[in-house]
Amino acid sequence: MHADHSGKKQAREEGVIARKLMARAQAENAYAEGEAILEVRDLVKHFPLTQGIVLKRQVGAVKAVDGVSFDLHKGETLGIVGESGCGKSTVAKLVTHLEQPTAGTIRYKGEDITRLSGRALKAVRRNIQMVFQDPYTSLNPRMTVGDIIGEPFDIHPEVAPKGDRRRKVQELLDVVGLNPEYINRYPHQFSGGQRQRIGIARGLALRPEIIVADEPVSALDVSVQAQVVNLMAKLQDEFGLSYMFIAHDLSVVRHISDRVGVMYLGKIVEIGTDTEIYEHATHPYTQALLSAVPVPDPEAEEGRERIVLEGDVPSPANPPSGCHFRTRCWKAQHRCVVEEPLLIVPENFTDTAGDEPVHHPSACHFAAERASVMPPAEG
Amino acid sequence: MSLLEVRDLHVEFHTRDGVAKAVNGVSYEVDAGETLAVLGESGSGKSVTAQAVMGILDIPPGRIAGGEIIFQGQDLLKLPEEERRKIRGRKMAMIFQDALSSLNPVLSVGYQLGEMFRVHQGMSRKEARAKAVELMERVRIPAARERVNDYPHQFSGGMRQRIMIAMALALEPDLIIADEPTTALDVTVQAQVMELLADLQREFNMGLILITHDLGVVADVADKIAVMYAGRIVETAPVKDLYRAPAHPYTRGLLDSIPRLDQKGHQLSAIKGMPPSLLEIPPGCAFNPRCPMARPVCRTDEPPLYEVDDDRASACHFWKEMFDAR
Ligand SMILES: Nc1ncnc2c1ncn2[C@@H]1O[C@H](COP(=O)(O)OP(=O)(O)OP(=O)(O)O)[C@@H](O)[C@H]1O
Ligand SMILES: Nc1ncnc2c1ncn2[C@@H]1O[C@H](COP(=O)(O)OP(=O)(O)OP(=O)(O)O)[C@@H](O)[C@H]1O
Ligand code: SF4
Ligand code: SF4
Ligand SMILES: [Mg+2]
Ligand SMILES: [Mg+2]
Repeated sequence: MHADHSGKKQAREEGVIARKLMARAQAENAYAEGEAILEVRDLVKHFPLTQGIVLKRQVGAVKAVDGVSFDLHKGETLGIVGESGCGKSTVAKLVTHLEQPTAGTIRYKGEDITRLSGRALKAVRRNIQMVFQDPYTSLNPRMTVGDIIGEPFDIHPEVAPKGDRRRKVQELLDVVGLNPEYINRYPHQFSGGQRQRIGIARGLALRPEIIVADEPVSALDVSVQAQVVNLMAKLQDEFGLSYMFIAHDLSVVRHISDRVGVMYLGKIVEIGTDTEIYEHATHPYTQALLSAVPVPDPEAEEGRERIVLEGDVPSPANPPSGCHFRTRCWKAQHRCVVEEPLLIVPENFTDTAGDEPVHHPSACHFAAERASVMPPAEG
Repeated sequence: MSLLEVRDLHVEFHTRDGVAKAVNGVSYEVDAGETLAVLGESGSGKSVTAQAVMGILDIPPGRIAGGEIIFQGQDLLKLPEEERRKIRGRKMAMIFQDALSSLNPVLSVGYQLGEMFRVHQGMSRKEARAKAVELMERVRIPAARERVNDYPHQFSGGMRQRIMIAMALALEPDLIIADEPTTALDVTVQAQVMELLADLQREFNMGLILITHDLGVVADVADKIAVMYAGRIVETAPVKDLYRAPAHPYTRGLLDSIPRLDQKGHQLSAIKGMPPSLLEIPPGCAFNPRCPMARPVCRTDEPPLYEVDDDRASACHFWKEMFDAR
């Protein structure tokens, strides 16, 4: 993947780091694989809309996140997809404590961390780190790579005592496949893909258990995007990380995720395993979204149904009553106007055996599978 | 005769750090009613080639260092600027990625659409406004009559892009160049806009050059593809052939490195390294430092575009091996 230095030496060193981190994770963490490490319930974030310059009056609110619940399990990747403005980044900021929620709770290993402050908050934040979208603007151009990656150690000196920092930073560079000798270079001396690796190294510095990655590959060219996606998968295996992977590209999300949540106007409308969402979607919005994604294969494109949605996404300051999707939904009925559909396993599927692929939460009164949304299986 | 034929085009930029060879011998053709997709990563020269065709290149620092651009039988590079201006808008039009910055924020959408007819066809304000409404309806803007006086920021991204399409279509040109027309849009909106563009192209039998880095978008709408790398075309082929059997290692690498909606894999096969600096394009084949098939000859001899079949070509010394290895 990179020709910086000899693969063998690197593999050995990576092995050492991996074992150290694993041992720490195991000692500290009684949470077995599969248990929820993060539990998010009814999370709400409203941004006030104000009018007037001197005397600000609140005239409404942007309902950026409007009741979102999900679990993140140990060692898994939860993908979050949805169109621009649906609230993905806001969820990420709430989970990483960059924003305070208006309502709702966030539990980390069973402990309510929603309104922590001071030392308790600092301790939790160390374990939940964020990687940002834009490798061009999220790195300070005047800091060396060493300073950027080592910056989290200023806040958490216990992780790397002063004398040990340089070595730690070089280890991290190595882990993400960059030459440790680049430690004194500046961000502009790196390509987009390399900058994203720097962002990931920084995210790993405090050896977190959870990484929230907000569109980590969206700004990268396809050939480089694959390098970063592979790196993230490798690091997850090595360090037992749990990822929240946010993206608007449904193909990338499918590739990396174990489970996927689909968002629309501040809500999760459907959530399930990769197979449940991509092969057995029951929510009309998920189906429309899937059908709109082109696949790079003209033969697979033939005979595929494209659901072209009418109109635009309504403003989050003034979402429709009942089902948020009803203004664009071809199945909408009176019930959709007056009654909000809950994110539950739909009634008509609850009496089937628990392992049916349709047996997953979908916030639609008339949830049902639909054929030919996806390209036909290869045969 | 093709509608447009670009022959061996060379464009360079004189920058502080040296001469950036942005386009190094690009040739392609488009017929009426045909869609050519130009595919390539950031910086590969897709937009610069299109700007040269449109005659909107930044000169200086840009300079056309060689080649011909034959449009409807005449070499555009030999025409005076005044003639070219007449061709722009009337005979060929361009749609850009970022609709918001291509529209004037202080003029109403209707005024900007109508301007095309006032300037080029001398229509009165009233006639031009009626035409603007008609165009907005044609690109399916709901309540066009009521919205004709609205300003660009009052429309959503998808609607603005449709207004850009309306503007490009206003004078019914023979050739449309769409430079990443849907890159800034969400998938569902992207699907709306692409469908609209394809419908209108069919209706008017226009030639369409679709510039993109998205292999998925291309598969659905293009007739043929030209893949660019470091200012060169490395492969051209009818769309189905290219996906079924790429004849260049770079194309193969691109196809293998994209995750697909209908596939769940574990390891994507990434192309190692990154594209070269245009100030220092490697000698021989520009792709050789990243190519898994590279041999000594690749570092010394620049591969020409070898004819692979009647309608396809590859700039790889070893294209035959790629076919045989299949
Ligand atoms: N600080 C803020 N103040 C007011 N409104 C905000 C703020 N941050 C976000 N919003 C609004 O909240 C909504 C959700 O924004 P968010 O950034 O979470 O969307 P997103 O899903 O990440 O979109 P994208 O795909 O474009 O990144 C949007 O309507 C946005 O304009
Ligand atoms: N006005 C300019 N001055 C200097 N260099 C330029 C100028 N315009 C383009 N270039 C250079 O020419 C090269 C090709 O650019 P071009 O815009 O054609 O790439 P592209 O293939 O369209 O990429 P993208 O996918 O990012 O749009 C780039 O390296 C760019 O920096
Ligand atoms: S609840 Fe009604 S409007 Fe909402 S997705 Fe289901 S059918 Fe459509
Ligand atoms: S000419 Fe050589 S380096 Fe270039 S693509 Fe072909 S095999 Fe690779
Ligand atoms: Mg976002
Ligand atoms: Mg471009």
